[in-house]
Amino acid sequence: MALIMNKIAIAALAGQGKRLDNRTLTQYRTPIKVDTMISKTAEGSAKVQIGDTVVLAGVKLSIEKPYNDTADEGGIMVNAELVPLSSPEYESGPPTIKAVELARVTDRGIREAKAVDMKKLCIIPGEKAWFITVDVITLNDAGNLFDAAGLAVLAALKHARFPVVDEKTGAINYKEHTNKELPLIKEPLPITVYKINGKLMVDLTREEEKAYDARLTVASDKDGTISAMQKGGNAPLTINEISQMVDIAVDKARFLREQLKHI
Amino acid sequence: MAAQSHTTSAAHSTVANSTTAHTYPPYTTRIDGRKLDELRPIEAKAGVIPNADGSALFKIGNTVAYAAVYGPRELFPKHLQDPKKGIIRCHYSMMPFSGSGERIRPGANRRAQEISMVMTAALQQVVDLSAFPNAVVDIYVELPQTDAGTRCAAISAASMALADAGIPMLDIISSVAVGQVNGTVVADLNYGEEAYEGSVSDIPIAVIHNTGEFTLLQMDGEISKDHLMKALEMGKIAAEKIYQIQRKALLERFTKE
Repeated sequence: MALIMNKIAIAALAGQGKRLDNRTLTQYRTPIKVDTMISKTAEGSAKVQIGDTVVLAGVKLSIEKPYNDTADEGGIMVNAELVPLSSPEYESGPPTIKAVELARVTDRGIREAKAVDMKKLCIIPGEKAWFITVDVITLNDAGNLFDAAGLAVLAALKHARFPVVDEKTGAINYKEHTNKELPLIKEPLPITVYKINGKLMVDLTREEEKAYDARLTVASDKDGTISAMQKGGNAPLTINEISQMVDIAVDKARFLREQLKHI
Repeated sequence: MAAQSHTTSAAHSTVANSTTAHTYPPYTTRIDGRKLDELRPIEAKAGVIPNADGSALFKIGNTVAYAAVYGPRELFPKHLQDPKKGIIRCHYSMMPFSGSGERIRPGANRRAQEISMVMTAALQQVVDLSAFPNAVVDIYVELPQTDAGTRCAAISAASMALADAGIPMLDIISSVAVGQVNGTVVADLNYGEEAYEGSVSDIPIAVIHNTGEFTLLQMDGEISKDHLMKALEMGKIAAEKIYQIQRKALLERFTKE
């Protein structure tokens, strides 16, 4: 019952350009914090906090045989787990569609943007190449996991260093790392813009997320180039709304990217 | 440990034959320079996950455990419900990037399932299950980085999270590993010691603070009866040190509010 009341209240407030926690429609919660080196066992790692939402991301590298159709390239995969530790709404078991969508959208924002130079990950064409896996783990889901996950993945990738490879055996020594960074050539960040009662807003709390009509995730690079999009929700969007949402997303990506400057 | 490979091949058997305690030089100086009964640096904090009913962070050396408690909440499937008492369920999980080697595939594996089971047993002995009939208290543990002693860190964190959630308990459980490395009894083995060349044993224990009783006891490797008893005595003292840190963190949590 409380939930239904909140949904109505959130929608009504949004209509007047207001929110339950008194933020403006395009204002992020505080604090926004990015810490790196939160896992010494990962090749790169980051913890991102936006308000009460906290996610971790960790990069692991491995050497594998390249795919036949891209024999001179390595690979990257982003995975996300909505672990039951992080919310009473999540349960143990195989990934839910929500986890799969979060992983896929975050993954495409990086992969399709060609953020990592795949050719530079190749060691011996057709035989050996570096493969990057980034895992996102939620610690506390208080809403807006898409933005938090995207920021954490980018921070972890920026912070990652290649492990030492034994010259004789070719085996990876995960205990030691070189100074060599990943060939990250772009820094795309996904931002999700939501539509509630005709108004566009960002950084929704978990309560607000239950009241949205439509959402659009837009990943964009420093120069504003768009690298991935995903529409969600049951309500349609007009071309005008899409245009505004892209503008907001590009602007907010610039804002969140500021947090990565010290990495 | 090496004795198991005795029959596998000729090459292995030579290794196995030499793997007895007396053929290796005694382990006198610990890899990281600690005293024999000295624990790695410990950091504990209660109330770290706002969504949870209770939560804690427990770090010991490079092993880090987050624990979150949800419940008591209704138990499903319903046939598991007991009108006389509730149940607790531990769920242990290493994050995919938390191992010392390659990425660990997410999801349940045999090791995690067994650890979850022994954790549940170690903790439920002090939980007043009659306080929440028909209900379940779920305890989730996630480890972002590990360096041996993960189940012990998980239990110590989980015990704090249960207390933080206000679950009725008789006492706090404190957990640590003890063991021997080439004839020397030590507390809180790190990964380098667990993997040390020669004769090693790793004994994770959990202790009820007030009674000194053990609620978790496992062992891998090899150890003499004398060394085992010495290790368990050392473990009780080590567990008491952990208890003091857990208690301090819980007090800090509740004096703040």
